[in-house]
Amino acid sequence: MSITVRFFASLRERLGKEQDIIDCKGIVTVADVWQACARIPVPDNVLAAVNMEYARIDQPVQDGDEVAFFPPVTGGAR
Amino acid sequence: MNIRLAADAFDPWQEIVRYQTEHPALAGKFGATAVFVGTLRDFNQGEAVQAMTLEHYAPMTQKHLERLTGEAASRWPIADMLVIHRYGELRPNEPIVLVVCWAAHRDSAFAACRYVIDELKTRAPFWKQELTGKGRRWVEQEK
Repeated sequence: MSITVRFFASLRERLGKEQDIIDCKGIVTVADVWQACARIPVPDNVLAAVNMEYARIDQPVQDGDEVAFFPPVTGGAR
Repeated sequence: MNIRLAADAFDPWQEIVRYQTEHPALAGKFGATAVFVGTLRDFNQGEAVQAMTLEHYAPMTQKHLERLTGEAASRWPIADMLVIHRYGELRPNEPIVLVVCWAAHRDSAFAACRYVIDELKTRAPFWKQELTGKGRRWVEQEK
């Protein structure tokens, strides 16, 4: 009964961790996952993914999901 | 269709020759080969860049590269496609990404190649950290 949470790039450094495994009890959405892991509000530009798919912050999550938080991806200017 | 995430430096031109050699069934099936190679510059946003570390979310990167090459193949008649993307630490002048599209005609080859590189840049989860004379910095906004 757990959710794996991963953090990348500058967000990983800011939070000082790359992974958390949280109890999914009481966890309904991506926003709940964030609150269970971090003491700060969700930064404005942070992106989320659930099971490798981009997700909204109010998207539901389930036991066994992998949730990731990361800054905007940087592919380069055209 | 072949997608590879590479930890080590690669030579895009040798990769193209090798791929064609290892896929003899391709021979005669294409009249156009469109190639995009992205290479690390030694300058960005007014600073000299000594190195760049590319962080990625491996399984998500693989999934999205497979999806967007699949989209390109469904939109244009492509004979085959090869994508190689580096991660880890890169030095200036090292190739970052290679996109190759083989097709019967050039319009499809160019269009599919352009689609893949443009979509990759906005959808694949990669993050750049540059090493400049002032230390390491995350590239959070492109100019």
